[in-house]
Amino acid sequence: MTLAETKTKTLLNVSYDPTREFYKEYNVEFSTFYKARTGIDVKVRQSHGGAGKQARAVIDGLQADVLTLALAYDIDAISERTGLFDNNWQSRLPYSSAPYTSTIVFLVRKGNPKNIKDWDDLVKPGVQVITPNPKTSGGARWNYLAAWAYAEQRYGSEDKAIEFVSQLYRNVPVMDSGARGSTNTFVRNGIGDVFLSWENEALLATTKLSDAAEFEIIVPSLSILAQPPVTVVHKHAKNHNVAKEANMYLEYLYSPVAQRLAAKHFYRPVHPEFADKKDLQRFPDVTLFTVNDVFGGWQQAQKKHFNDGGVFDKIYQPGR
Amino acid sequence: MTLRKMKAYSVLPGFSLSLGYTLFYLGLIVLLPISALVVKTMSLSWSEFWSVITDARVVASYKLTFGTALFAASVNLIFGSLVAWVLVRYQFKGKRIVDALIDLPFALPTAVAGIALVAIYGPNGPLGSVLLEWGIKVAYTPVGITLALIFIGFPFVVRTVQPILEDFEQELEEASAALGAGRWYTIRRVILPHLFPSMLTGFSLAFARGVGEYGSVIFIAGNIPMVSEITPLLIITKLEQYDYAGATAIACAMLLFSLLMLLVINGLQGWLERREKQFEGVMA
Amino acid sequence: MIIATKKWFDDRPTMTVYQPAVTEKKWVRRALLSIALTFISACLILPLLMVLYEALRSGWDVYLASITEPDALAAIRLTLLVAAISVPLNLVFGVMASWAIAKFDFFGKRFLLTLIDLPFSVSPVIAGLVFILLFGTGGWFGDEMTAMGWQIVFAVPGIVLATLFVTFPFVARELIPLMQSQGTDEEEAARVLGASGWTIFTRVTLPNIKWGLLYGVILCNARAMGDFGAVSVVSGHIRGVTNTLPLHVEVVYNEYQFTAAFACASLLAFLAIITLIIKEIFYRNLQNQRVKS
Repeated sequence: MTLAETKTKTLLNVSYDPTREFYKEYNVEFSTFYKARTGIDVKVRQSHGGAGKQARAVIDGLQADVLTLALAYDIDAISERTGLFDNNWQSRLPYSSAPYTSTIVFLVRKGNPKNIKDWDDLVKPGVQVITPNPKTSGGARWNYLAAWAYAEQRYGSEDKAIEFVSQLYRNVPVMDSGARGSTNTFVRNGIGDVFLSWENEALLATTKLSDAAEFEIIVPSLSILAQPPVTVVHKHAKNHNVAKEANMYLEYLYSPVAQRLAAKHFYRPVHPEFADKKDLQRFPDVTLFTVNDVFGGWQQAQKKHFNDGGVFDKIYQPGR
Repeated sequence: MTLRKMKAYSVLPGFSLSLGYTLFYLGLIVLLPISALVVKTMSLSWSEFWSVITDARVVASYKLTFGTALFAASVNLIFGSLVAWVLVRYQFKGKRIVDALIDLPFALPTAVAGIALVAIYGPNGPLGSVLLEWGIKVAYTPVGITLALIFIGFPFVVRTVQPILEDFEQELEEASAALGAGRWYTIRRVILPHLFPSMLTGFSLAFARGVGEYGSVIFIAGNIPMVSEITPLLIITKLEQYDYAGATAIACAMLLFSLLMLLVINGLQGWLERREKQFEGVMA
Repeated sequence: MIIATKKWFDDRPTMTVYQPAVTEKKWVRRALLSIALTFISACLILPLLMVLYEALRSGWDVYLASITEPDALAAIRLTLLVAAISVPLNLVFGVMASWAIAKFDFFGKRFLLTLIDLPFSVSPVIAGLVFILLFGTGGWFGDEMTAMGWQIVFAVPGIVLATLFVTFPFVARELIPLMQSQGTDEEEAARVLGASGWTIFTRVTLPNIKWGLLYGVILCNARAMGDFGAVSVVSGHIRGVTNTLPLHVEVVYNEYQFTAAFACASLLAFLAIITLIIKEIFYRNLQNQRVKS
C-alpha cells in the first residue's frame, strides 16, 4: 500500500484549449523519462478549456500542480488572487517561461473565395470573421491585439485602431468562448469566410482533419508573437508532494524530445535546432512583434482593452 | 412545540420528523447555497448592483433570453395544446409511442440536444442547408436559440393540458352542440375556457425553464454581445473575467425572476384547483 | 339543470344523427393530426435520429472504440456514481416532504412548496455558481475544507452537490399531488386500529404511491445523469476524473472527434429511450392505480 503510494504520483496539468494533442503525447514521454531516471511512476492528468474558464477554476480551488495557459495575464491573475505562487514566476524558466510559441494567422476556405490577403481585408463589408470571445479565450486576446497593432501601425493613431477593431468585430457572426469552439464553428459548421486562429490550430486544421483539403492558411504581413507560458503552482505541488515532479515536468519541456514534439504539434519551438526539419518548414516567415513592444506588457493590455469598460466593451456599445 | 401549534390536529404520526427533515434538507441543499449568492451580491452597493444589472449588454441579453423563451413558450402553447388534443381525442396507429415520446426532452441531456440541433440546423446539416437556400439562417441566430427552447419546453404544455382534457366531461360539449352551437363555437366558448388555466400553467413552466436554459442553447447560440448572447452565458463570462460580484448580481436578478415566476405558477395552480372544485360542484 | 338538458337532448335524438356533436369534421381531424405529428417528428424525433445517425456513421468498430476508451468509461462510471448517490438522497427527501405536506395541514405550506420548486426554475449555471461561492477558495467554507484536506468543488463531491440541487424537486413534485389526492383516510384508519407510524407507511401509504414514486425516481435519474450546465461550472474538466458523460461529450466534440462525441451522446440518448419506456410502464400502472382508488 505505502509502496504503491510512493511509487506512483499524480500531477494535474491545467491547460488551455489547443494543447490537447501535444500534452497527450508529451505526458507519455515525460512519464517514461521520469520513470527511467527516478523509478517513480508519474501519471499526468489533463484539464482543457477556454483560458478564462481554466484560470477561474484554479482561482476557485481546482488543484492544479502545473499551469500551461495561453497567456501570462491569466497566470498573473491566479498568482495575484490566490498567492499560490510568487508573482515573479515568469522569470523562473528560460524564454519568459514560454517553451514554445505561436502566432496568429488566417484560415480561409479553399481557393480563398473572398480574396483575403491581409488584416485590411477583414474589415471589408460582407466578410465574415470567426474569432472567439476575448473576454474568455486566450487565443482571442492574441487575435485582437494583433489586429490592433496592425491598425495602429498602418493608420498611425489610436482612434483609427479603435475604428478598425470595431469594424472587424462587427463582421463576427459567432463568438465562441474558447478557441476549439471557434474551430468547430468554422471548420465543421461552415460558418464564416476567415478564421483568426492560432497558427498551431490552423496547421492542425489543414493537415490532420478529415476535410483538411478544404482550407488554406493566409499569413498576414504583421502578426503577434504569442507566448503561452507555463508555471508550477508551488503550494499545490507541495501539498500533493509532487514539487520535484512538477518542476521537472516543466523543465523537460525545453528538452530536445519535447521541443521536437512541440514542432510536430505545430508549435514553434524555442530551440528549433532540436526539431525535425520537415516540421519547421511548415512555419512561414512572419514579421512578429511582442506584447511588450506594442502594449507595454499584458497587465497594461488587459486593463486597457479587455477589462469591463475597456476598449473591447465599447465596440458593442449601442450607437457606435 | 411551536410547529405543533401552527398545524391542524391530525392523528397521524411523523409530522415533526418529516417536516423537520424536509426543512433541514431544503436548507442544506437549496437555501444555504442560495443565501451565499445573495450575500455575495450584497458586497455591491445598491447603485453598483443596479448599474450591473441594467448595463446595456446585460439588458440586451435579458431581451434575447426572455424574448426567445416567450416566443418558444407561445409556440409550445399552441402546438402543445394541439398535440394534447390529438392524443386525448383521436385514435391513430402508434399513439402510445407518440405519447411516450412527448417526454423525450425531459429525458435527453440538454448538451446532447444542443449538438444534435447544430448537426441538423447548421449550414451543413440536412435541414439547415435547405433553409439556408431559402435565406433562413437558423444556427447561431436567435432563431436557433428559439428552436432549442421549443425542444426543451415542449412537454410542459402537453403534460399539463392532457390530464385536464382527459377528465373533461363530454356531456358539456354534447349539450352545447345540442343547443345548436357549431363545433368551433363549442371549442371556443366551452372547452378552451376550461383548459385555459392548465394551458397557462404549462406556458409559464416552459417559459421559466427556457429562461434558465444553458446546455442546449450554448451550442447553437452565436454568443455575439447585444445580438445572440443569453443571460446565463453572460454570468459565465463575468465569472471567467474574475468578476464574481457582477456574476452573482446578474444571477440574483435571474433568481428573483424565477421566484416570481414560481409564485405566479403556483397561484395559477391554486386557481386551477379551485375551478376544478367549483366545476365538480356544478356537476354534482 | 344538467339533468334537464340531458332529458331534452334525449328527446331529440335526430339532432345528433347527422351532426357529430363531440368531434370535428373528418378533414379537420386529419389536418390537426398531421400538424401534430409533423411537429413531433421535426422537433423530437429528428434530433434523436440525428444523434444515432452521426454516432454510427463511421461504423460499429469506431462506435465501440469511442465508448470503451478509458476516459469514456471513466465518464460513464462517474455519471453512474453521481446518480447512485444523488437519486436516493432526493428520494428520501421526496418521501419525507410529501408526507409532511400531503398528510398534514400547517402554516406556510404553499410557500414551502414554492421553495421546493425553486431549483427547478433556477438556471443550472446559477446552481453550479452557488457551490463555488460556498466551497471554492475564499468561499464560505472553502478554507475550512482545505484545512481539513477535503476537496469539494472540482471533485466528485461538488458534482454530486450540484446534481442534488438540480434534481432536488423531482421526486417530491411527483409524490405530493399523488398523496394529496389520496387523502388521509386509510392511514387514519390504520392508526385507529393501532398500527405504528412505520407500519402505516410501509403497509398503507407505500403500496398506494409506489408507481408515482418510481415515476419520480426515473425522471430524477434521467436529469441527474444528463445535467450539463451546473456540473460544467463545478467540474474542473479533469480528464478521466471529473468529467461526467455529458461533459465528456463536449470535450470529445472539441477534439474534432465528432463520431466519438455522438457515440457518447447516443449512450445518453439510449438512456433517454429506456427512461421513456420504463416511465411509460410506471405511468400506466399509476393510471390503473388511480382508477382503482
